[in-house]
Amino acid sequence: MLETIWFLLWGVLWAVYFMLDGFDLGLGTLMPVVAKTDTERRLVYHVMGPFWDGNEVWLITAGGVTFAAFPTTYATMFSGLYSALMLILFALIVRGVSFAFRDEVNSPRWKCVWDTCLTVGSFLPALLLGVAFANIFHGLPIDKDGIYQGTLFTLLNPYGLAGGVLFVLLFLVHGALWLAVKSSGDLHDRAAKLVPKLWVALLVMAVIFLLATRRATFLYDNYVANPALFLIVGVTVAALVMIRVYIAKAAWWRAWFASCVTIVGTTLFGVVGLYPKLLPSSIDPAYSLTAFNSSSSPLTLKIMLTVALTFVPIVIAYQAWVHHVFRHKSGEEDLEHEEGY
Amino acid sequence: MDALMLSRLQFAVATFFHFIFVPLTLGLSILIAIMETKFVKTGDEEYRRLAKFWGKIFIINFAVGVVTGITLEFQFGTNWSRYSRYVGDIFGSILAIEATLAFFLESTFLAVWIFGWKRLSPKLHCLAIWLVAFAANLSALWILMANAWMQHPVGYTIRNGRAELTDFLAVITQPFGFQIYLHTLSGAYILAGFFVMGVSAYHLLRKQHVAFFTKSLRMGLAFALIFSLAEVVQGHIHGSEVAKIQPAKLAAMEALWDTQANAPQTLFLIPDEKNERNLVEFGKIPGALSLLAYHSSSATVKGLKDIPKEERPPVALTFIAFRVMVGLGFFFALVTVVAWLKRKKIADSPRLLKLLLFSIPLPYIALQAGWIVTEVGRQPWIVWGLMKTKDAVSPIAASQVGITLAAFIVAYSLLGATAFYLIAKHVRRGPEPVRGEG
Repeated sequence: MLETIWFLLWGVLWAVYFMLDGFDLGLGTLMPVVAKTDTERRLVYHVMGPFWDGNEVWLITAGGVTFAAFPTTYATMFSGLYSALMLILFALIVRGVSFAFRDEVNSPRWKCVWDTCLTVGSFLPALLLGVAFANIFHGLPIDKDGIYQGTLFTLLNPYGLAGGVLFVLLFLVHGALWLAVKSSGDLHDRAAKLVPKLWVALLVMAVIFLLATRRATFLYDNYVANPALFLIVGVTVAALVMIRVYIAKAAWWRAWFASCVTIVGTTLFGVVGLYPKLLPSSIDPAYSLTAFNSSSSPLTLKIMLTVALTFVPIVIAYQAWVHHVFRHKSGEEDLEHEEGY
Repeated sequence: MDALMLSRLQFAVATFFHFIFVPLTLGLSILIAIMETKFVKTGDEEYRRLAKFWGKIFIINFAVGVVTGITLEFQFGTNWSRYSRYVGDIFGSILAIEATLAFFLESTFLAVWIFGWKRLSPKLHCLAIWLVAFAANLSALWILMANAWMQHPVGYTIRNGRAELTDFLAVITQPFGFQIYLHTLSGAYILAGFFVMGVSAYHLLRKQHVAFFTKSLRMGLAFALIFSLAEVVQGHIHGSEVAKIQPAKLAAMEALWDTQANAPQTLFLIPDEKNERNLVEFGKIPGALSLLAYHSSSATVKGLKDIPKEERPPVALTFIAFRVMVGLGFFFALVTVVAWLKRKKIADSPRLLKLLLFSIPLPYIALQAGWIVTEVGRQPWIVWGLMKTKDAVSPIAASQVGITLAAFIVAYSLLGATAFYLIAKHVRRGPEPVRGEG
């Protein structure tokens, strides 16, 4: 029971991370397309500024919880996906410092360097997290000792790449909607014009991915066994459609919320399909790491559950308050020294 | 080199670099919070400018600290997977709790502080920086409790082929952990105090922004003085705990080969590890080590020869690092006492100001040396007495680690150079002009 609760919490934490950092990663990737002038680029940074770091802590928590609740999975997943993870980390390093460094020197070349860092540092994690999770859905070559028998290139199979592209598109839509919510004028108009196109690409990719999942994975087994679970797929698809409906009405906040639901739904769709496996083995299903054979002791799971149920709601409360404090649209008047790095 | 050695080097590079930037944030956040509190209480605009000037330096340090901290958490999994599997039940949960309780708070409210100057009431804005300071120091507590468990594992049992938690309270309240915490924290506060004093001295030597930096220097001095003196006492207590808990580390710190009563402390020596002796010894004080370690000059101190060869830490490195740390620790106490006595005319003592300016790097060196004593002195164990470092490494190819190690060195060198350049640039420019005069 404890293991099952933690399995779900594990999935929810990753889903929340994707939902929150997704808009930063998507918008960072989109910046060269939507922002044309230096002021516009500064505004793009500004609409992410108060949130990105708090969002990234969800990744640290998701990683930490994997370590704490499922140490064997953490060990295999992180050492097995060594090169992919290191690439993600280096990307997040250059992305993170670009916020603090960009406007410290008033030179176009200096700014260009950090803008490039932001874009590359946002795009790579979006892509690689998608590749990594699709490969987890598909199964990794894990031997009987829980050791990964593959390379970085093992991950770059068609299904893995499809997962990468799906994540990038999910985040691009999410980021473009965030910009539409948070800006006005040319910046807003460009985001608003771009997002329907991105949405079409996302829809196509989502259909491909759902079909490919049937061929490449066993995720649907759980759904066939418990048809009520198809509700998750239904809600996710409905949310994806609602994004387009709200875009047509120019209801940007609602479209963004629908996008949140889409991202969480997509993640949970995979996680629920995986249950109870955390890392399926493609060599032999018996070698798979599950919530039961890779978890921590019941005592640790209980203590961690108490901590999580007490403090995660507090975190959510103060992060929601931060969104309330910075609920305004960003304009040029906010770019004064008082309101930024 | 094999994956083990490369992984050790990589972890060393990553931690050392991380800990160049983090210590300043621990102390500086408190100083900034005090400055802003004075602004809220007195309405004196100068305190707001102080908070903003030092805040900028804090932000740059924090940014580098954050991005290099994530790589540390993930490296336990990527490079030390056998360790992670063996101790995750305990060690992993402490890291997860740190993120949930402390790091969320710090990251979220730092952003509130940076972006909220106009959106929040002065009181609420001031509360944000206090939360940042509290969370930063709380975060350090959890991380150091995790480290303390590696130095002195408690509250566990070996079950299912791994260390499993039996007593959570024992793990998070172990006295040795608080010793490490107080020791590290005092060191970090000394560093922040010296940094603030040094930067202030730079401007005072040039007779610019005199009132502004006299105030800064006073605050930095008070901070550095208190914690330099506290560190001398605390360091001694900490050392005698190490003697009890990690006798091999103590023997390496002092390069003591033979177990003996009335053990001496030697001011300077050159250890010869191959022949289990010291080449040159100079300034031997009989009984001093016994006295310091066990509060009795006749107490017996265990020598390295009584510890199996394969369980001895590297002696020369541990010994030298310990000497550097202690020597600098006394230097900090001396300098801060002198500066305190001359505090009233410090702005007119160029020699003292120069000394303070050139002392900025010294606490950095002392802190890194301290970590060398802690971590190198713990070898060959990754968890003292429980698991050896060589058994902890991931089953990964050396070539993979070689590439990422090279990438870390390149990326961190660039990152470090950029951060230092920006900090120096900001320091030289000085505080923003007074409102209305700009």
